[in-house]
Amino acid sequence: MPHLLDLRIVSVEHPRADYVLLKLTPLAGTLPPMAPGQFVEVQVPHAPGTFLRRPISINFVDEAAQELWLLVHAVGEGTRTLSAMTEGEMLNCLLPLGDRGFSIPQGQGRKLLLVGGGVGTAPLLYYGRKLKEAGHQPYFLLGGRSAADLLQLTDFEAYGPVFTTTEDGSLGEKGYVTNHSVLHAEHFDHVATCGPKPMMMAVARFAHEAGLPCEASLENLMACGLGACLCCVEKNATGHNVCVCKEGPVFPIEELSWLS
Amino acid sequence: MAQLNVNVGALQLQNPVLTASGTFGYGLEFADLIDLNRLGGFIVKGTTLLPREGNDYPRMAETPQGMLNCVGLQNKGVDYFAEHIYPQIKDYRTNILVNVSGHSPEDYARCAERVAALDGIPGIELNISCPNVKDGGMAFGTTCAGAASVVRAVRAVYPKTLIVKLSPNVTDITEIARAVEAEGADAVSLINTLMGMSIDIERRRSRLSIGTGGLSGPCVKPVAVRMVYQVAGAVGIPVVGLGGIMTAADAIEFIMAGATAVQIGTANFIDPTTTIKVIDGVNAWLDAHHVASVTDIIGAARQ
Repeated sequence: MPHLLDLRIVSVEHPRADYVLLKLTPLAGTLPPMAPGQFVEVQVPHAPGTFLRRPISINFVDEAAQELWLLVHAVGEGTRTLSAMTEGEMLNCLLPLGDRGFSIPQGQGRKLLLVGGGVGTAPLLYYGRKLKEAGHQPYFLLGGRSAADLLQLTDFEAYGPVFTTTEDGSLGEKGYVTNHSVLHAEHFDHVATCGPKPMMMAVARFAHEAGLPCEASLENLMACGLGACLCCVEKNATGHNVCVCKEGPVFPIEELSWLS
Repeated sequence: MAQLNVNVGALQLQNPVLTASGTFGYGLEFADLIDLNRLGGFIVKGTTLLPREGNDYPRMAETPQGMLNCVGLQNKGVDYFAEHIYPQIKDYRTNILVNVSGHSPEDYARCAERVAALDGIPGIELNISCPNVKDGGMAFGTTCAGAASVVRAVRAVYPKTLIVKLSPNVTDITEIARAVEAEGADAVSLINTLMGMSIDIERRRSRLSIGTGGLSGPCVKPVAVRMVYQVAGAVGIPVVGLGGIMTAADAIEFIMAGATAVQIGTANFIDPTTTIKVIDGVNAWLDAHHVASVTDIIGAARQ
């Protein structure tokens, strides 16, 4: 159930010049329960060219500290403005959004491969923690163009083994995530992915061919985040438009049109 | 506490604030965030006789102080609405209107007939102004004869309150307004979106799948206020004003231009509680200015 909350920025970190990690806390009360894979619509203050809210994935929730972490890649005026914000400022947030986040498998001890690329690695951190807490074993496979693109690696290591690829070979194996040796060296029960669409489609094909259940988190352009404007649609496997913001943003790949 | 109630034809609104079709889903999407019973009413998304998939993605582009969309009337059809949505919303204590669209006058009329059978829906808004579908929509709303043909067909089968939503993409909106009034419309609402375009210069392509889209948001407000002013001077039926309303002051502008009621559209995407803030803000303005009733300022700026 979505809430409209003013959250105060308690910490601003720049893991890289064009990224910001914002840690936010409620002015009063507690954060609503949030599932991994859900997202937040953030109203960007002091940005006259930014009319709509910006959908940002939930990077992490620290319940003890009552902190919500948002990892933002500054690519346009809205995200650049968010990147320039300072401690103590407020952000108006609509959260949590999306009826379907990443799923936590039944039982215990399942091995899950979480594949992320670029800023798409962000929601996998919170998902990894939730999986570990549920008694599963998350493995992280994170890809970027170069070493500088791979963020929060020590945070990920707290929840499971971390494997990396870079296109220039500056960290981990050289190439794309779908070429990484761990895909064949280990057997996994489930796959989940978030990142650029071509990467997710390649991961989906790998999982499909290997007969593994796979979920992908989409980030289509959207306005409302509530399922009202119908802008963020994706064609599903039966050719109908589904709303990414409301019916997703995470979908089992067989529900999408990617495999046909 | 000022008097906020207004009448649009036979519709009695507890306040002049409605939501605009296509920006508020079926109301349910906002039920966790606002008390729907406080609204003057809400207008559910464009509904057609048969289900429609709408246009391909991408359907949206942000613009300075606004947005373009080319959703194209995606909906599951009037039967789905009647069977699955209506039971969930009919008991809200506010006016629930259905925005009706179609391919032909007969199509509009058949859809309107289905909605007429729903006791909890006291009126419809006829969409003859959607810029994002090839067949129907704006094709009817840009000529007097086309607009009149749809209203005539619907009026013959629809006895409850009939509001006709007008397109701004015309040379003279007052002619269209007079044409639908002559066919028995109870009210007009305006404006639907302005046709626009936005180009991604790196891709050398439109940002929208079908090239063009409908522009909404504060950037269209001055155009909308002007058209409401013109139409209110041209017809005797009530005018419902919309186009870029974000605040109570914006709503009051429309009312002073001659609108009896207003609709909040794109603002619902920015702040889903806008409607409530506008209702409270209009009330506060009236009290601060010692105005007893909102009806006292309808058309106040008209000379």
